[in-house]
Amino acid sequence: MQRKIFIIIKVAGAIYTQTKFLNLTLGVVPLAVGKPLERKDARIKVKGEAQYNFDLSFSDEQYLAVVRSPFAHARIKKITVDNEKLEQLGVTVGLSKDIPGKNIVHVILDDWPLLAEEVVRHVGEPVAIIVGKSPTVAKSAFSAVHVEYEVLPAVFNPDEAKDHPTIQVFGDNNIISYWQQKNGDINKGFAEADVIIEGEYRTPAQEHAYIEPQGVIAVPLGRDEITIYGSMQCPFYVQRAVADILGYPWSKVTIVQTTTGGAFGGKEDQPNQLASLAALGAYLTRKPVKYLLTREEDIENTSKRHPAIIRVKTGATREGILQAVQVEYLMNSGAYSTLSPAVLYRGALHAAGPYKCPNVDVQAYAVATNLVPFGAFRGFGSPQVLFACEEQMDRIATKLGLDPTEFRQKNLLHKGDTTTFGQVVDHSVGMSETLKQAKEKSEWVQKWKPAPGFNQVIQESRKGKYLWEGIGVSTIFYGVGLGSAGKALSRTGSYVQLEPDGSVVFAVGTTEIGQGMITVLSQIVADELGVEYSKIRMAPVDTSRVPDSGPTVASRSTTFSGRALQDACKKIRTLMYEIIAPHLETIPSDLQLEGNYIISKETKRKIMVDDAIKIMYQERGQVAMAGWDVAPPTDFDNEKGQGNPYVTYAWATNIVEVAVDVQTGTVHIKKIWAAHDVGKAINPQTLEGQIEGGSLQGMGLGRFEEIVFTPEGQVMSNNLGTFLVPTTKDTPSIHSIIVEDPWKQGPYGAKGFGEQPLMGVAPAVTNAIFNAIGVRISEIPATPERVWKAIQDKVQEEAI
Amino acid sequence: MKIEIFINGIFYQKDVPPDHRLLDFLREDLGMKGTKKGCDQGECGACSVILNGKVVNSCLIMMVQLPEHSEVETIESTDSMVLSLQDSFVKRGATQCGACTPGMIMATTALLRNKPKTNDREVREELSGVICRCTGYQKIFDAIKDTQEHLERG
Ligand code: FES
Ligand code: FES
Repeated sequence: MQRKIFIIIKVAGAIYTQTKFLNLTLGVVPLAVGKPLERKDARIKVKGEAQYNFDLSFSDEQYLAVVRSPFAHARIKKITVDNEKLEQLGVTVGLSKDIPGKNIVHVILDDWPLLAEEVVRHVGEPVAIIVGKSPTVAKSAFSAVHVEYEVLPAVFNPDEAKDHPTIQVFGDNNIISYWQQKNGDINKGFAEADVIIEGEYRTPAQEHAYIEPQGVIAVPLGRDEITIYGSMQCPFYVQRAVADILGYPWSKVTIVQTTTGGAFGGKEDQPNQLASLAALGAYLTRKPVKYLLTREEDIENTSKRHPAIIRVKTGATREGILQAVQVEYLMNSGAYSTLSPAVLYRGALHAAGPYKCPNVDVQAYAVATNLVPFGAFRGFGSPQVLFACEEQMDRIATKLGLDPTEFRQKNLLHKGDTTTFGQVVDHSVGMSETLKQAKEKSEWVQKWKPAPGFNQVIQESRKGKYLWEGIGVSTIFYGVGLGSAGKALSRTGSYVQLEPDGSVVFAVGTTEIGQGMITVLSQIVADELGVEYSKIRMAPVDTSRVPDSGPTVASRSTTFSGRALQDACKKIRTLMYEIIAPHLETIPSDLQLEGNYIISKETKRKIMVDDAIKIMYQERGQVAMAGWDVAPPTDFDNEKGQGNPYVTYAWATNIVEVAVDVQTGTVHIKKIWAAHDVGKAINPQTLEGQIEGGSLQGMGLGRFEEIVFTPEGQVMSNNLGTFLVPTTKDTPSIHSIIVEDPWKQGPYGAKGFGEQPLMGVAPAVTNAIFNAIGVRISEIPATPERVWKAIQDKVQEEAI
Repeated sequence: MKIEIFINGIFYQKDVPPDHRLLDFLREDLGMKGTKKGCDQGECGACSVILNGKVVNSCLIMMVQLPEHSEVETIESTDSMVLSLQDSFVKRGATQCGACTPGMIMATTALLRNKPKTNDREVREELSGVICRCTGYQKIFDAIKDTQEHLERG
């Protein structure tokens, strides 16, 4: 007998509702999926026992220091090495000519040298490596490597860099990549619109500020093998990069991920370079070489979120129906292409938002400049355009005199609708549900009223009313997985092994970076095999254990490693039924898994999985299976600007309440409601952790975080005292709302969403600022200076 | 330089290089790697330990500055407050990547010892020196409340 029961679990203040079928005939069945089970890695982490890159040691280990360019753009005229001094110090120096393989760090387009040969294109570009027995010794040899430069003119702004007549950073026009989205006829769309709004928006370089700085250790094995240990998201990227640099066969390069203290995209492609530098050091010295970055080195020289300029023109009818959206997206890519083509792809496709709109024209460019290469950061090119898009939506709603949630509701995608790039979203479309729930929980209807007139704000502030409250909203979506641009990487492997005592060890190629992957995948394996969660263990990620499973990015680990594990577990079940059938006096096809039992559908005779595993071991020996998954097909035609670029979409609504001090421009963020359609919450607690942490990073982007460069292109805010991230004092209360509209092809209906919590908070903040004081913010973060200036500009403009 | 010091109640007498900070002493001289680090310059709080009853950034304390027979408490402590917080952090999912966690737990230990009934506002004030980039702090606040309740019940 099956009974449908409705369970309400209260996890950390957020209401999480779930409908679940429990089979009550079997008594207590501890199913793992859907439960807020304890994180697998929590115990060692709270004790300080987890080993991060800086906790590891190897005998006779050496340290790496990197000689970097002080100039944003310069020709290397000569490099002189003081060999006598090197000998005195006992250090080894490596230049580009010492690289045994190719002097290219492979990411996508192969333009990124490991060590500069003729030209340096950004401040901090590596020119030489030094290996010594301590970081101090290695750094003391900087004076022994003399590089003579001829300084060249540099360009830092993508508007100037695009098609620059004389400064060439990449190719002949500095355009690294171009994507477009096209729908209908944009001119016709504007002609039929009753209101048109135009805006220009700017977003900053944002540093990931993971608490564990980047670091890797290269350990040579004999003369032609190497193992890299380190903090990273994508071990298979690193394997390929190191093999190319050293000219080793891939089989002789092993990458082992160590406990990674935060990543957020920052440890996607960057470890390719860092591991290659350390590997070169290990190759030259035949000793283990550590490259552990200091916080300054890390902020100055590793990737960040692309700063961007976004120009948008939006048209709608009087009734509030979108007619036309035109976007120009200029992404500042820095000096090398690294991940920019992929980042831009996602940005271009998210630029018109989760709306229906018959006429769309998005033109997106990744432009090379003489800044440090920008790369992946949670949201991957989409937070920039979503900020612009959601500001525009709000401005139109204001112009039409509509409640911004109602205006959005008229245009949001529903089940069966077609996206602006031509994909029919046929199921798992919880968009409106997130809006509905976020509105309810935040009491939007009671709280929202049109923004006060700016005149009124100023007059009253002159009489002493400085603090003004407001509420703002954004509605966004997220294409799950790598999509068609990353098709070749959209495959995952897995390995599942039953131990003779009934416990299980599994391996995958995606990584735990704090997001909770080990836990969630263990829950999936537990239910797929009917083994208790406590008996499941994930092995450390090692490139020699499973086939290339692509990167840990694009919110894909739960979904796609989950699918690969389901594949392996299915094979194990098949074998299990074969072996167990005679014991239950039936045939394999009559057997099925129910909780921790294998049960005959016919006779209801059953056996505990734990016992079945022991029988399998006796009769068959140890059982292990490999799993494989290829993501469902995707396609996108850049000529037409149309296609089915992602397998499915996650959806979200953010509502933010602020209080703005008009005297100082300070914005206090009081509350955030974050409603996310995730398909299925495999672990509601870790999922809430993703929502809360991502929301705070999104708030950081909207309100605090900005990497500032000097006019010479050097990172100025190079520590955590000048690059400010939200602290306990700044964090508002964050209310997570989980919506589950299952995706049929996801494990238990789950679809990836880990990036989404960051993506829509910034525009909800700026929209709330408008709602409080009647001033629009076009550039984030909304720091006190920026808000204050926007207020003063408007006072001037309106002559109040 | 000879140092006499108590770490988690255990007496140590050691020769320490004069340029070593408390963080280096713990991690390198004693090999106690539970204390983590994120910046080496007093900005992230990951290296927080309790020194003579007060939470400090161990990366900023030079060993030569320490008063003789100082008492240091680290995440390796088996004190009941530390254990209780560790337990609540696990149950509430208050650790993600974990790099901030030892520092966060030590900073909270110092706070709860001084003010067992501390409120939300004070918690936010007192812990603002420890940055967590993963959790958004909500579950850390929940874990602290749980520990407070637990301690109240005895
Ligand atoms: S490592 Fe000491 S405060 Fe960051
Ligand atoms: S758990 Fe990652 S920094 Fe706090």
